[in-house]
Amino acid sequence: MPVMQYREALNQAMREEMQRDERVFLLGEEVGAYNGAYKVSRGLLAEFGPQRVLDTPIAELGFTGLAVGAAMAGLRPIVEVMTFNFSILALDQVVNGAAKMLYMSGGQFGVPMVLRGPGGSAHQLAAQHSQSLEAWYCHVPGLKVVMPSTPADAKGLLKSAIRDDNPVVFIESEVLYGMKGEVPEGEYTIPLGVAEIKRPGKDVTVIAHSKMLHVALQAANELEAEGVDAEVIDPRTLRPLDTETLLQSVKKTNRAVIVEEGWSFCGVGAQIVDILQQQAFDYLDAPILRVTGADVPTPYNKTLEHMAFPDAQRVKQAVLRVLYKA
Amino acid sequence: MKSGSTARTVANTTDANGGEMYASSSLEARARRLDPSLLKDLLENMLLIRRFEEKAAELYALGKIGGFCHLYIGQEAVGVGAISSLGPDDYILCSYRDHGQALARGMDPRVLMAELCGKVSGCSKGKGGSMHLFDKRLGFYGGHAIVGAHLPLAAGTAFASRYLKQPRVTVCFFGDAAVNIGSFHESLNLAQLWKLPVVFICENNEFGMGTPIEKTASILNLHERACAYNMAHAAVDGMDVLAVRESVAEAVERARNESLPTLIEARTYRYMGHSMSDPTHGIYRTKAELEEHRRRDPVKRFISALEAIGVVTQATVDEADRRIRDVVEQAVVFADQSPEPSPEELSTDVYLP
Ligand SMILES: Cc1ncc(C[n+]2csc(CCOP(=O)(O)OP(=O)(O)O)c2C)c(N)n1
Repeated sequence: MPVMQYREALNQAMREEMQRDERVFLLGEEVGAYNGAYKVSRGLLAEFGPQRVLDTPIAELGFTGLAVGAAMAGLRPIVEVMTFNFSILALDQVVNGAAKMLYMSGGQFGVPMVLRGPGGSAHQLAAQHSQSLEAWYCHVPGLKVVMPSTPADAKGLLKSAIRDDNPVVFIESEVLYGMKGEVPEGEYTIPLGVAEIKRPGKDVTVIAHSKMLHVALQAANELEAEGVDAEVIDPRTLRPLDTETLLQSVKKTNRAVIVEEGWSFCGVGAQIVDILQQQAFDYLDAPILRVTGADVPTPYNKTLEHMAFPDAQRVKQAVLRVLYKA
Repeated sequence: MKSGSTARTVANTTDANGGEMYASSSLEARARRLDPSLLKDLLENMLLIRRFEEKAAELYALGKIGGFCHLYIGQEAVGVGAISSLGPDDYILCSYRDHGQALARGMDPRVLMAELCGKVSGCSKGKGGSMHLFDKRLGFYGGHAIVGAHLPLAAGTAFASRYLKQPRVTVCFFGDAAVNIGSFHESLNLAQLWKLPVVFICENNEFGMGTPIEKTASILNLHERACAYNMAHAAVDGMDVLAVRESVAEAVERARNESLPTLIEARTYRYMGHSMSDPTHGIYRTKAELEEHRRRDPVKRFISALEAIGVVTQATVDEADRRIRDVVEQAVVFADQSPEPSPEELSTDVYLP
């Protein structure tokens, strides 16, 4: 199986889907001539031309809204936001537009589009360029929210997102773009709404998405030396959430730790806790713990920044606590 | 009559202060050039909107229509004139003040009234309401209730026409207050930059809710905002259905043949409050002011012009009015008798399978 970077896997997914379906097009800042701010769209302009790969003005609201309208009229846009921090400017078009069009129109107008780009913390980019906003999108009925953690998932999930008839918010990880991994060639899709057990285990369930998956896996490996066998699950799609896989795991391990980079208050993990306590209350042997980003804007200073986000050490601590070993 | 560097002109426009723009002689002159049956259709369309909206106000008072309900009375000439210049495949997008355009486009008044009453037989199954009218078959791409937010959507449907090489033009209606929001500017820039076949129609009824436009816009010739984007633009008497029709027709042609956008400012006036919860006058305008504007009533003016050139008589107008009132009554009966959406409808149409 070919080994490639996460960004290359995303590129391959877009390329294949654009070859497969002429209605698919890409628009965003610097996606064409510049090959994308993070080089995810490399070569697409050359292959598909300026009709299908469009460099936009810096006007997130405008070009995202344009994509919503184009989707209503039968196209399948992929909107690249340079980072999800800037997607906030387009939020009205996503939340009030894309997410609600089908409902408001009594089922007449679906909005098959993908809003994608990097999200999450990045190195020393400070408060406005380094944050996790997936919980915002997860809150909204009508949207799907996908966050791949590996190159293979990136490809399989993006292809499914592009084929999905609903608006999909597809949040990549800024710091995973260079990550390498095996990626199946050609037709390879992963259904949205299906979690994956990334590391089977029996003692505790650790749930983590996007780059926190790797933090969780590191913690799990270190815990093995201490005799703890952690099961690590990546939901991959946050909405709709694969609650079944999470529940089955928790019913087996009786303990759960949820890791996310985003803020704790009203975070993704808060929702997962709610689901687990309602549907697996009798199976739980300990309160569910969450490891989250600090409840502050992201600081620039390296030391402070490091303190602001979960690391393997904190995940280990939480796991040991739910096992009453710490 | 101004556009960017290309000095493109749009018919029926004059200087900012009106002048001959509001002369009824021009309405008559235009009417003489048109087929009488078309003129009668336009008049009946305007009358239908007027009677429909009067009835909607009644039903609102009775509690049969809820929520926000924005009436089109006074602005009929804009929607009817503009939409009469479109082809059957063209796209229409509106703000929340969308009943008039829906009727002008040929939406069945019964289906519209049912939507206002929240019935499942409504155009959006009762799930959209007054502000969210949709009908895909009519090319009616919504009623949108965030000020200015549908301008990017209109750029998007126009983009789709260009992308798919379809000769479908998009017409987008919005109020004067929308010219101050970012989405207006982002959309106009994109439309001109990417040569999108779209006609932006600003219905300048002088107020955004209770705030007069002078208090919110730094230039009052709102159509001149297009200059910033090198876009063709025009002002037109929005109380003259034929002037609107001509102006929009020219813009539609530009969109269809040259794939270029236009901004049209239709100078109009609303006779009712901003919405049904707003009084017609008192707070932000006087009764005298309102009465003054009523003298430009687009429906009455059109009737006078058509009488003057012998296309209608008082008797034929009365007869048409009776017929239309009956159609509106039927719409109420239909809405009344239509069922509520079933409880399952609460959670359908959230996602496509
Ligand atoms: C972004 C946004 N802000 C505020 C409102 C509340 N609001 C609804 S209509 C309106 C006035 C708009 O006036 P105008 O654009 O002139 O249109 P008109 O109602 O006169 O047709 C306001 C402030 C809104 N719907 N959307």
